[in-house]
Amino acid sequence: MSETEDVLGTAAAWSKAGEQVAIATVTETWGSSPRPAGSQMAVTASGRMAGSVSGGCIEGAVADAAKRTMETGTPQLLEFGVTNERAWEVGLACGGKLKVFVERLG
Amino acid sequence: MRLDLLAGLEEARAALRPVVLATRLPSGEQFLLPYTDAPDGLAAAAGSVLQADRSQTVEIDGAQWFLQAYNPPLRLVVVGAVHIAQALVPMAAGLGYGVTVADPRRAFASDERFPGVTVSTEWPDEAMDALRPDSRTAVVTLTHDPKLDDPALDRALRSQAFYIGALGSRKTHAARLGRLRELGHDDDSMARIRGPVGLDIGAVTAPEIALSILAQIVAVRRKAALVG
Repeated sequence: MSETEDVLGTAAAWSKAGEQVAIATVTETWGSSPRPAGSQMAVTASGRMAGSVSGGCIEGAVADAAKRTMETGTPQLLEFGVTNERAWEVGLACGGKLKVFVERLG
Repeated sequence: MRLDLLAGLEEARAALRPVVLATRLPSGEQFLLPYTDAPDGLAAAAGSVLQADRSQTVEIDGAQWFLQAYNPPLRLVVVGAVHIAQALVPMAAGLGYGVTVADPRRAFASDERFPGVTVSTEWPDEAMDALRPDSRTAVVTLTHDPKLDDPALDRALRSQAFYIGALGSRKTHAARLGRLRELGHDDDSMARIRGPVGLDIGAVTAPEIALSILAQIVAVRRKAALVG
């Protein structure tokens, strides 16, 4: 059902309710990444999450990065994959590689 | 993302207007297309991602842009509020299709049989004229009744529907093509109709037939090799 989930709509509703929100978007994939480019996840400073950018492998790391972006306002372009050292911490079991853009809403 | 861009995006989606959100990487500079003065080259690239319905990163004049396609929802028009339709409708909704069931026979097209589903009880040609199938619409006829299926198929063939399927055996289908020919459709045009409908997965039950139809719709939309 995640393809039909309205992540931006949820993010907008959270923002209107006064939450600080960051949006993470898959911008590029190589190999057998679980979600296509355009897949999105919204995260709030209070810890709410909607949507997904992988099969659950990197959501935690993306949420951490999102907290930094919410604090600083600076967007980040993250890279995950087997060639990345972070892969050992937050591995993609599928062996795929992907880039995720994280930005603050508002 | 700026809140005014998000508002514009939400507005476009509510109005079923296709738009593209272009984000420069890694700076985060953003444009909503085609409604703003964007850098040269971006508009053409945005048109391509909408057409392919595939968000992607592109390089324009040495700059990396992520182009996110926001197309209106896919639609499925089901002609015939029959048993297979009851299985097909919730499965199609799960795949993200906005579904309308058309059947003038009110006993079939009842709220009780299709709770929460948009049902049209107009005659199928009138229903199709109102629904205006476009290139993101699939049309499936399930009634087995030429009086109902034929007018719907006639309208579907005159539309840009990306998928047209008609339930019925090879013999039924051959007879159907003969009737549609009399309505002015040629062989090339009628080749768009998938009949017998669905992928040949040996489907027997209504949910299995629904699955075979949806699998074929997905395969056609994704241009899978198995459907040519």
